[in-house]
Amino acid sequence: MRIEEETSTVAGLPAEPEKATLEGKNKILGFWLFIAAETTLFATMFGTYLALKGESLAGPTPGELYSLPMVAAATLILLTSSLTSVLAIMAMHRNDAPGMIRWFGITILLGVAFLGLEAYEFYEYVHEGHTFTSSAFGSSFYLLLGTHGSHVLYGVFWILALMIQGRQRGITVQTAPKFYVASLYWHFVDVVWVFIFTVVYLMGMME
Amino acid sequence: MATIIILIVFGLFLAAILTGGYNKKYLERVQQNWLWEWITTVDHKKIGVLYLTAGGFFFTVGGLEALLIRLQLMFPDNRFIVGDQYNQLMSMHGTTMIFLVALPLLFGLMNVIVPLQIGARDVAFPFLNSLGFWLYFSGGLLLNLSWLFGGAPDAGWTSYATLALNEFSPGPGVNYYVLGLQIAGIGTLISGINFLVTIINMRAPGMSYLRMPLFTWTTFVTSALILFAFPPLTAGLFMMMFERLFDTNFFTTHGGGNVTIWQHIFWIFGHPEVYILVLPAFGVFSEVISTFSRKRLFGYNSMVFAVVLIGFLGFMVWVHHMFTVGLGPVANTIFAVATMAIAVPTGIKVFNWLATMWGGSLRFTTAMLYAAGFIVMFVIGGVTGVMLGVVPADWQFHDTYFVVAHFHYVIIGGTLLGILAGVYYWWPKIFGRMLSEKWGRWNFWFFYPGVHLTFFPQHFLGLYGMPRRVFTYPSGYGLELNNLLSSLGTILMTIGLLFFLYNAVWSLTKGPRAESDPWDGRTLEWAISSPPPEYNFAQLPKIRSLDPWWAEKREGNRGMQPAEPLGPIHMPSSTYLPFVMAIGFFISGIGFVFHSVRVGVLGLLIVIVTLFIRSFQEDEGFHIHPEEEVKGT
Repeated sequence: MRIEEETSTVAGLPAEPEKATLEGKNKILGFWLFIAAETTLFATMFGTYLALKGESLAGPTPGELYSLPMVAAATLILLTSSLTSVLAIMAMHRNDAPGMIRWFGITILLGVAFLGLEAYEFYEYVHEGHTFTSSAFGSSFYLLLGTHGSHVLYGVFWILALMIQGRQRGITVQTAPKFYVASLYWHFVDVVWVFIFTVVYLMGMME
Repeated sequence: MATIIILIVFGLFLAAILTGGYNKKYLERVQQNWLWEWITTVDHKKIGVLYLTAGGFFFTVGGLEALLIRLQLMFPDNRFIVGDQYNQLMSMHGTTMIFLVALPLLFGLMNVIVPLQIGARDVAFPFLNSLGFWLYFSGGLLLNLSWLFGGAPDAGWTSYATLALNEFSPGPGVNYYVLGLQIAGIGTLISGINFLVTIINMRAPGMSYLRMPLFTWTTFVTSALILFAFPPLTAGLFMMMFERLFDTNFFTTHGGGNVTIWQHIFWIFGHPEVYILVLPAFGVFSEVISTFSRKRLFGYNSMVFAVVLIGFLGFMVWVHHMFTVGLGPVANTIFAVATMAIAVPTGIKVFNWLATMWGGSLRFTTAMLYAAGFIVMFVIGGVTGVMLGVVPADWQFHDTYFVVAHFHYVIIGGTLLGILAGVYYWWPKIFGRMLSEKWGRWNFWFFYPGVHLTFFPQHFLGLYGMPRRVFTYPSGYGLELNNLLSSLGTILMTIGLLFFLYNAVWSLTKGPRAESDPWDGRTLEWAISSPPPEYNFAQLPKIRSLDPWWAEKREGNRGMQPAEPLGPIHMPSSTYLPFVMAIGFFISGIGFVFHSVRVGVLGLLIVIVTLFIRSFQEDEGFHIHPEEEVKGT
C-alpha cells in the first residue's frame, strides 16, 4: 500500500505495472500457487489416464483412434496463441493499450480455433464409438481432455472480459496485474496441452 | 419434491434481490441488520469468528452423531440404531468431523491470529477469505441437508468405490458427499493459497522466516499441504461424480475401470490431510507451552525443520492405508519405512516441548493443561501409529477397532486438544473477554479422562477382533465390558464440552474484560489491544528478534517500535458477492445431487456471472486515519 502511494506520484506507469503494488504482487504470487494446485489436479488426471488407457474394451484403441495431422494443427494453433499472449504483455509493458488488446484478441481467436478443432475431433471419435461412457479409456480420455478444453474456454471468456476492461480503463496499476495473470493462465493451459500432446497422442500412436 | 424445494429456494433468492432492489427502505433495513455485517465482512478477525462459530455448530452435529453411535454400541445385540441408519451416522460422523469441524476450527484460529503474529493489517486476499468461508459453509450445509432430503451418505468417510457406486449405494446419499465436499474443498484450497501469500508477502519489516512464531510456521506448511493435497481430492470427487451421475467407467470393473484408483487418489489426499489437521495444533502447543513455561521455545530451528520434514514425508506414506490391498511386498515395505521415518521428526518435536517445560516457571492454566495432556495422548497415538506401520501387524489390525482407537488418539489428542488449547489461549484476544479458569478446569477434568476412557478400551476391542463400522456385536466374546466403558467415556466427554459451552456463554455475557496481554505473552498478537482494532496495527511494528513482544518487554518498552509514521490506512470494503457465489454453488450442488443438470448449470451460471461482476468492479476500498482515533482516546 505504501508502494502504491509512491508510484502513483510518478508521472506515467512504472516499468512493471503488474508488480507495482502490494495487491499486484499478491495476485501474481497467489496465481502461481493456484497454478501449482492446478498442476496436481492435472497430474491426477494424467495418472488416471495412464492407468486406464489400455482398457478400451470393444471400442477403438488409442493407436487406432488418434490422427496426427489434426492434433498437430491444434498444437500449433495453441502454441502460437501463447506467443501472441506474450506479445500482448510486451505491449502492456510499453503502455500500448490498443496493441495489447489487439494481441489478446488474436490470442482468443486462436483459442476459439483450437476449441473448434477439438470439438470436431470429439465428434469424430464419438462416431467411431469412443465416448465418455464407452470404456475406462474413454472416461479417462474425456475427463483429461475435457478439463483442459474447459480451461481454454474459460480463458477465452476471461480474456474477453479483460479486453473490455482494457478498453474502458486502459493500463493502470490496478488492471495490469489482471492482464499479467491472465497471460500466466494461458501459458499454463498451453503447457498442459504440450503434456497432453506428448503423453496422450504421441505415446498413444507409438503403440 | 426435490425440484420444488430447489425452485422455492431459488424463488426466495430472486424475491429477495428484486424486492430489495425496488424497495429502498427494505434494502436499508437489511443493510443495517447485524447479520448483513457478518455476511459481507472481509475482516480476517470476523471471518475467523465465523469459522469458529460454524465449526462449533458442525462439531455439535458430529458430536451428537458420535454419541448416538456409542449408545448403539453400549450393549451387545442392541437394536437402537440398526443397519443403514447406522451406516449413515458413522459416515457422516467421520466426514463432518474431518472436513467441517477440525480444519475449519483451525482456520478460525489461523484467520484471527496469523496476520496479527506477522504484523499484517489483513490477509492478502480479503475477498477470497470471505469466499472461502462461505463455500465451506454452503458445502457443509449441503452435506447435512442429506439428513432431511433423501438420506445421508452411507459408504464411510472414505467412500470407497464399488460400495459408493450406484449399484451398492442407490439414492442421493453419496451424491451429497461428492458435491458437498467439492464445494467445501474449493473453499479450503482458496484459504490455503490466501495464507501462503499472506505469510510470504505481508510480514512486517524485520519479521524474517526464522523469526516467525511456530503457529505461523505450521500454518504456512499446512497451507502448502492443502495446495498439493486438495486438488487430487477434487479430481477424485469429479470422477466419482461422473461415475454416479453419467455412468462413466473409472471404477467399474466391467467397464475396464479400476477400484484401486479411487483408493490411491483418496489417500494421496487423505494422508496429507492428517498432517494438515495436526500441524497447526503442533503450532498452538508450541505457543502455549512456551508462554506458560515463560521460556523461549526449546530448539526453535529444529522445530521448524521438523514441521517442514513432516509436511514433506506426509506425501510419501499414503499406501500405509492400503497395505491389505495387495500391492506387493516392495511397495508395502517402502511405504512402511517412510511411515516409520515420520516418527523421527515427531519425536524431535515431543522432546523439544518437554525440554521447553524443563526448568520453566510453569503455570497450569486450562490451555497449558490441554497442552500437557496432548503430549501424553499423542505419544500413545504415535506408538500405535508405528505399530500400524508394520505391515504384517497391520494385516491383523486392519479394519478393527484398533485403527479406530489409533486415529482418535491422534486426531482428538492432536487436533481437538490443540483447538481447545488454542481457544482457551486466544479467546481473550479474539473476543476481548476472559474465560473462567474455574470452569475451564471442570471442562478439562471431565473431557480429558473421558477421551481416554472412550478410546483406550477400543485398542483391546480391536485386538480381540471387533471389526470397525459394524452396528452391533454378539455377547459372549469378551467385547461387552470394553464397549460399555467406551460408551461411558463419551458421556464424560459430553459433560466436559457442556462445561465449555457454559464457560463460553458466561464469558461473552458476563466475563471480565481482557487486557491486551493477559498471559504475559511473547508474540506480536499480545502487543495490541484485545480485541484488536479493525486495522490491527496503527503503525506496522519493527521486528527485532524471535518472540518480538517479549524482547521489547525485557527492554522495558511498553509497545512495539514503529516501522512507519502514522498515516491513513487503506482498508478493503465489505462485499456480498462471496455470499452470492456460495449460493450459486449451493444451488448447483443441489441440482446435481438430484440428477438435474439444468438446475446444476443454473447454479454455475450464477457463480460465473458473479465472477465477472467482481472482475469489472473497481473496489478502491476506504481509508482509516488512526491518528484521529489515537488522539480521541
